Amino acid sequence: MLEAIPLLSLLNAAPFLGFFAVFLFDDRHAKRVALFFAGLTAALALMVLAGFDPAGAPFQFVEKVPWITALGLSYHKGIDGISLWFVMLTVFLTPVAMMAGFAVKERTRLFMGLFLLLEAMILGVFTTLDLFLFYVFFEGVLIPMFFIIGLWGGEQRFYAAMKFFLYTFLGSVLMLLAVFVMILKTGSGDMTAMMGFAFPKELALFLWMGFFASFAIKTPMWPFHTWLPLAHVQAPTAGSVILAALLLKMGGYGFIRISLQMLPQASQVFAPLMIILSLVAIIYASLVALAQVDMKKLVAYSSVAHMGFMTLGIFSGTREGLEGAMMVMISHALVSAALFLGVGVLYERTHTRQIEAYGGVAQVMPHFAALMMVFFLAALGLPGTSGFVGEFLSLQGAWLYDGFVAFIAALGVILSASYMLWLYKRVFFGAVEKPLVRGLTDLGAREYVMLVPLMLFVLGMGLYPSFVRDVFAPSLMRVMEVWG
Amino acid sequence: MSAFFLIDVLAVFLPLLGAAGAWFCGRRFGDRWAVMFSSIAVLLAALLSCVIFYQVAFEGAARAHHLLRWLDSGSLQANWAIRLDALSALMVLVVNIVSAMVHFYSFGYMKDDKSVPRFMAYLSLFTFFMLMLVTAQDLVQLFFGWEGVGLASYLLIGFYSRKESANQAAMKAFIVNRVGDFGFLLGIFGCYQLFGSLAFDDMNQIVPSFYHFAGREWPAGAVIAALFFMGAMGKSAQIGLHTWLPDAMEGPTPVSALIHAATMVTAGVFMLSRLSPLFEQAPVVLACITIIGALTALAGALMALVQFDIKRVIAYSTMSQLGYMVFAAGVSAYAVSMFHLVTHAFFKALLFLGAGCVIHAVAGVQDMRKMGGLCRVMPWTCGLMWIGALSLAGLGIEGLGGLSGFYSKDMILEAAFACGTGFGFFAYGTGLFVAFLTAFYSGRMLFMTFYGSAASAARHAHEAPLSMLLPLVPLALGALFAGWGMHGWFHSSQEESSLRLYLPLFFALSGFALSWYFYIRRPSLPAKFVQAVAYPYNIIVAKFYFDRLYNRIFVRALLRLGQLLWHRGDEQVIDRFGPDGVAVLARAAGARLRLLQSGYLYHYAACILLGVFLLISWVLWQRVGL
Repeated sequence: MLEAIPLLSLLNAAPFLGFFAVFLFDDRHAKRVALFFAGLTAALALMVLAGFDPAGAPFQFVEKVPWITALGLSYHKGIDGISLWFVMLTVFLTPVAMMAGFAVKERTRLFMGLFLLLEAMILGVFTTLDLFLFYVFFEGVLIPMFFIIGLWGGEQRFYAAMKFFLYTFLGSVLMLLAVFVMILKTGSGDMTAMMGFAFPKELALFLWMGFFASFAIKTPMWPFHTWLPLAHVQAPTAGSVILAALLLKMGGYGFIRISLQMLPQASQVFAPLMIILSLVAIIYASLVALAQVDMKKLVAYSSVAHMGFMTLGIFSGTREGLEGAMMVMISHALVSAALFLGVGVLYERTHTRQIEAYGGVAQVMPHFAALMMVFFLAALGLPGTSGFVGEFLSLQGAWLYDGFVAFIAALGVILSASYMLWLYKRVFFGAVEKPLVRGLTDLGAREYVMLVPLMLFVLGMGLYPSFVRDVFAPSLMRVMEVWG
Repeated sequence: MSAFFLIDVLAVFLPLLGAAGAWFCGRRFGDRWAVMFSSIAVLLAALLSCVIFYQVAFEGAARAHHLLRWLDSGSLQANWAIRLDALSALMVLVVNIVSAMVHFYSFGYMKDDKSVPRFMAYLSLFTFFMLMLVTAQDLVQLFFGWEGVGLASYLLIGFYSRKESANQAAMKAFIVNRVGDFGFLLGIFGCYQLFGSLAFDDMNQIVPSFYHFAGREWPAGAVIAALFFMGAMGKSAQIGLHTWLPDAMEGPTPVSALIHAATMVTAGVFMLSRLSPLFEQAPVVLACITIIGALTALAGALMALVQFDIKRVIAYSTMSQLGYMVFAAGVSAYAVSMFHLVTHAFFKALLFLGAGCVIHAVAGVQDMRKMGGLCRVMPWTCGLMWIGALSLAGLGIEGLGGLSGFYSKDMILEAAFACGTGFGFFAYGTGLFVAFLTAFYSGRMLFMTFYGSAASAARHAHEAPLSMLLPLVPLALGALFAGWGMHGWFHSSQEESSLRLYLPLFFALSGFALSWYFYIRRPSLPAKFVQAVAYPYNIIVAKFYFDRLYNRIFVRALLRLGQLLWHRGDEQVIDRFGPDGVAVLARAAGARLRLLQSGYLYHYAACILLGVFLLISWVLWQRVGL
């Protein structure tokens, strides 16, 4: 019965519809309408998850309708175990971000609408199997994000929004070129067909570099990361959540789906470079995070370091590393979302993100402090949290690639403990000395609803990661077959 | 096998239940219930672990239960499991018993604290992590427990979170331990590569293999063993990674007794025993372990000599005793090192809790110079502390018997002597000398605290309440008789009677005698003595400069590097030549191009003409050329 319903199209259409529907209501009702559509999307995604058979066909829920036949382009949708989890993350985190956005007072309707549009675009990226449409969605994500930063951001929002846009747009121009060459070469935009296609070796190298430009900026890899801290600092909390949790993952997804699956030989050629960049990212970003005085920037730089573990795992060329990279991405989505929400919780109350403005928050907000402790521990990769699983497997992959690489990368484990615990100490511990802190109130109901499910997922994934892993493992095996 | 399932699971998970209960009960029903709930949970676990120990050790019912899949990636498998063999059953027993006593003790000690439920929850949570550590079946669960106890230790050291020094100490403990864990993690990766498995049972067969690095070949087994030992050094406070342990005394005293004396710090020693097949294949690493252990024993004892804080004396003493355990493992006497671990757990927990009674009695003062003469007001505490100190000093007569510490320390020294290598002999000599120092600082501590004239803080002292004294009794019994009761299992060497066997006793007695002379007979002597040996004294007081060195080369340098990379790297290089550079370039190009748009018609006409001319000439040239 399920096969008859174009579930993926519905899933993708629901937030689009919501985007338009929100404008039919006034600001007061917009929040509820937006949440309704986000919930509807989540329900559809749960149906997809329930109907997905990990042992079944590589791509499931496939829909294909010819579109521009001259170029072989079609409306082509389908998911495998890899994209399924990104879809789940998207539908789960979008309502969370929306709730964080309830604090926004002006132009609520547009704000909520843009988040639905953003969700639709992201879902498009993860569910499409046509390379041209993939490109369209991949770039389409920029538009709502650009407005979210530019309209509701901080003081430097225009500079941040432009930098974000230009940086990522620069990458996409090169990607567009690669996309067209690949479509012309294979005669269609069918991504599944490209996975087995043997591109000429030299051409493959150029194509790989085209995609690299886009994915490396999105991930972001060192040295293409400087847009990220700025964008985060200027973005509103809800924007930061989506940016860190979902937009960055498009880079990793792209590396697996396109770089590894379609251009495996070229990936092998570039693997040493990627490993080196990953190592630099881990150490460099961790050190810079150590020096930060702004909470959001610190978390942003820690994201760069974590994404270093992700690319390290992917390009280690091992199964352990690849599965670790998936785990890093899923875990980081949850943990970074929670960390940015946490910063937002404090910012909403005090309007400052400077670390030195705080101290002793645990005394006045004990529940908040306890919850955040879990996320901090997950960020530093404590066993039993989701952060450990991915980091461990990625590092294991790195060790199998080369012991020395693992040696360098594992230094990041010491550094992450240092910057996370130091941040926690400066913000939460100590005596309550500042009047700003004395007036704080502990979490409200809305904030619990945002944070507690995240905590449960972080712990659940840390203690029993198999429920996530068993779904994506067969798909990753297929990736390994062409690339390992 | 599954007949034991329920007992085993309960023995491990009851403390977790206790932690949850304390956390939620306390909030709803008050402190008393939080304490009762968690204490009873751990006490039940302790009783069950007695049963388990009996079954495993005397009936040979070693067993393992698989609970749940954990990590799973291709051939990489790690599971949640409970493995109970002689080694882990012994650890479960010790951990649960000491923990139960500390739980009950905390009731009295923490009475006036505001966050008792939180404290009890952390304590029980620690116990659970420690049990997971010792009952692990593979390296990853061991690591889970390993970092888990580190977390509990972090939370408890920083329990008084208003105090800056406590927060600093907590963070330092976690990060220094992470340095060790860095080695541990890499060791795990190496093991997986070498054995294709992470389970302890698969690590017995050795595959000769080599790593190529820096143009040389390194034996894989030795590299992995060295990495694991790095982990053990962090947790067991071996010299180099020991700096966190004395600072950890910022935590409440029951915490010091349970975590930083009896159980957590011995995890490194446990790990050496658990992975002994691996270490046995790497004689070079064993030699290093022996040396480092002996140096730790010496350095710890030396630093204990110069402390005035009663807790720090015991903390450095712990470091010193851990050195004994580690060098015992270094000379392959793993069983003996475990034996010392057990006896040490009893007498050191006793000493710490006794010190807690003292601190409680003198209203939080920890400086021994402000105490003195406490024996008269708190005779019970004094007596119990004497038992602990004598056991620590290893008092006993060869052939007749003695306190617990005597048996285990004697065996360690004998094992080091019997080992026959130069390293073993070095450890033996150092161990003997440290035995002397141990007796000296123990005597010093007791004499300064309990005897002599009462100083400022001691005036209003009172004996500890029964709720704090009673939990000390089982520990005292352990400190008295555990060695006598258990030495048969560990006994190894042949009966040989020579004067050399009386050397430890001689050193211990002379240590006590000398401290008596220094602190009771001639109290003015220590100050004069210190003046006479000012130079080495100052080095020891400065803790051999480890903290200062680390602060300079790691903490400050890394922070500065971070700032440099941020401002110079991100802002002045990447941004300047990257996005901002492109933007500036684009703007400059735009400014140039704008000049072309002059608005004069004849400019445009000239351009058009030029263009047409070029186009036509190109077409013509193409035609002609072809």
